[in-house]
Amino acid sequence: MIVAGIDVGGKNVHIVIKKDGQILGKVSGPSGIKKAESVEQLYDEVLKKTGLTRKDVERVVATGSAAKRVAFANGAIPDAAADAQGVVKLIPTARTVIDVGAEEGRSIKISPEGKVLDFAINEKCAAGTGTFIEAMSRALEVSVEEMSKITLQSTQTLSTNAQCAVFGESEVVSLIHQKTPKPDIARAVMNAIAGRIASVARIVGLEKDVVMVGGMAKNAGFIDSLKNNIEMDVLVPEDPDYMGALGAAEVAAAGIYTEEVKAKVAERETVSEGKG
Amino acid sequence: MADVKTQEFWRWPETNWVSPDIDWKKGKLITAGVDVGSVSTQAVIMVDGELYAYGNTRTGSDSPNSAIKGMGFALEKSGMKIENIDYCIGTGYGRVNVPMAQQSITEISCHARGANFMYGPEVRTVMDMGGQDCKAINVDDRGKVLNFMMNDKCAAGTGRGMEVFADLIRVPVWEIGPRSFQIQKEPPMISSTCVVFAKSEVVGLLESGMPENDIMAAYCSAMAHRIMELLNRLGVKEKFVITGGIAKNEGVVKRLEKELGIKTADRVWYKKEYVDRGYPFDTQLAGGIGAALFGQALLKMGKAKSARKA
Repeated sequence: MIVAGIDVGGKNVHIVIKKDGQILGKVSGPSGIKKAESVEQLYDEVLKKTGLTRKDVERVVATGSAAKRVAFANGAIPDAAADAQGVVKLIPTARTVIDVGAEEGRSIKISPEGKVLDFAINEKCAAGTGTFIEAMSRALEVSVEEMSKITLQSTQTLSTNAQCAVFGESEVVSLIHQKTPKPDIARAVMNAIAGRIASVARIVGLEKDVVMVGGMAKNAGFIDSLKNNIEMDVLVPEDPDYMGALGAAEVAAAGIYTEEVKAKVAERETVSEGKG
Repeated sequence: MADVKTQEFWRWPETNWVSPDIDWKKGKLITAGVDVGSVSTQAVIMVDGELYAYGNTRTGSDSPNSAIKGMGFALEKSGMKIENIDYCIGTGYGRVNVPMAQQSITEISCHARGANFMYGPEVRTVMDMGGQDCKAINVDDRGKVLNFMMNDKCAAGTGRGMEVFADLIRVPVWEIGPRSFQIQKEPPMISSTCVVFAKSEVVGLLESGMPENDIMAAYCSAMAHRIMELLNRLGVKEKFVITGGIAKNEGVVKRLEKELGIKTADRVWYKKEYVDRGYPFDTQLAGGIGAALFGQALLKMGKAKSARKA
């Protein structure tokens, strides 16, 4: 059976096509302003790459903050459920999943079966999300990848005051003016964001194994800061940013998006549409 | 605006003023208050407890220079020199970096004291809306702080947030208030709390073709809502006044009054002669005035010695 999992987040779309547990193809790209159009384009792109047509795909399950933009999906599941399903398949010992994307950060406590037991989320504040790192890398005039690398070269620990991304940017600018070495600034930024994320994780409790997914999981400098902060090891699966899409595909294959789930999704859509 | 070549829409105009009614050479006690905020710096000079001169400038990259610049701007048209001042108190975020000050006092005390002088002893709640933080302060009839709550962690609901917004939609920050009322119908407020996310939301609204004035209204309501949450936690009592830069933004103030169901006091001097003589009323001066008044009180009580050199 061929299935697709589509994760539409605040900044990026991730799509995975799976056949009987094997990944046939995957693609990611910016979600842009017109998210629905970006999804259609990326979906056609990955199908073309894998030599499939839309008819070949039996089930499509969407997830992410803009899951409802996937008009052709058979169903949708919440982000936390997608993460849990995706992670438990790859790392069965995982009990805590920390997912930090561009505009959200969440910590999920999961059962050995991949059921969501509890979760805490930060979606109100950019400090503690990928957006913060992007803004700081612009201030430092290095790429996000470069920033991750130089973090590991830092020789001194600076403490920063700002919790807010807006104020953080001013603080970084003044550190640059004081001729502070870039690696030390990068480390200070990573420590600050790790602190924010760790405090979200502590709401649900940190239980071994801790697995980090989402775009931020690709940032080795950040992972290092997070490990130091929580004083625990942090595992990162391959393609951590695809975890939501993988989990959605997993759910599509299992066919466990029930009518009840669909009803919940419909309800969520009416609420979010009502909000504006 | 005489000088509009700049494309930085957050750059509000700097102002200074000297009283034509006071001869400082005849004054007994000359005190100054320098309020170095994260965004603006005000230097206020008072002669025997009366407002004599002030300068309101933008804070630069370092506090000592900003204090010197603000003081220089206040003294510019007066003929007075720093050496003529008996006592100077620094306040605000950069209060420890005011080179000409003999002492520093927190801006919460100074704003409370300054609001008492500006708006009168009936003031019970002061909302100071600064560039980088905001504070709700309950005060007694002498301008003493009874209780306060502050947000200094998050740019939402601060002047900095409004400046970031002004820069984004390319409208001068002082035009946002008036333009936010040039709308057909009040739009729903910006739903993001974080300024960074609000920026994305605003870009989306601009793309969707929402009129700029409506977006300004939506942003002003969101800010009013944030401030209201802080005020409700402290408890608001009348007479209620707003000090700081945001007090000048009608778009926020009027919407806040509507949400709270409480009017803010008129922005006029409590002292009738100041009104009659047409002294300019600037809500950003509260901290500086308060600091200068503390200097006056300390000298009178003998708790401080005059540092006058000339």
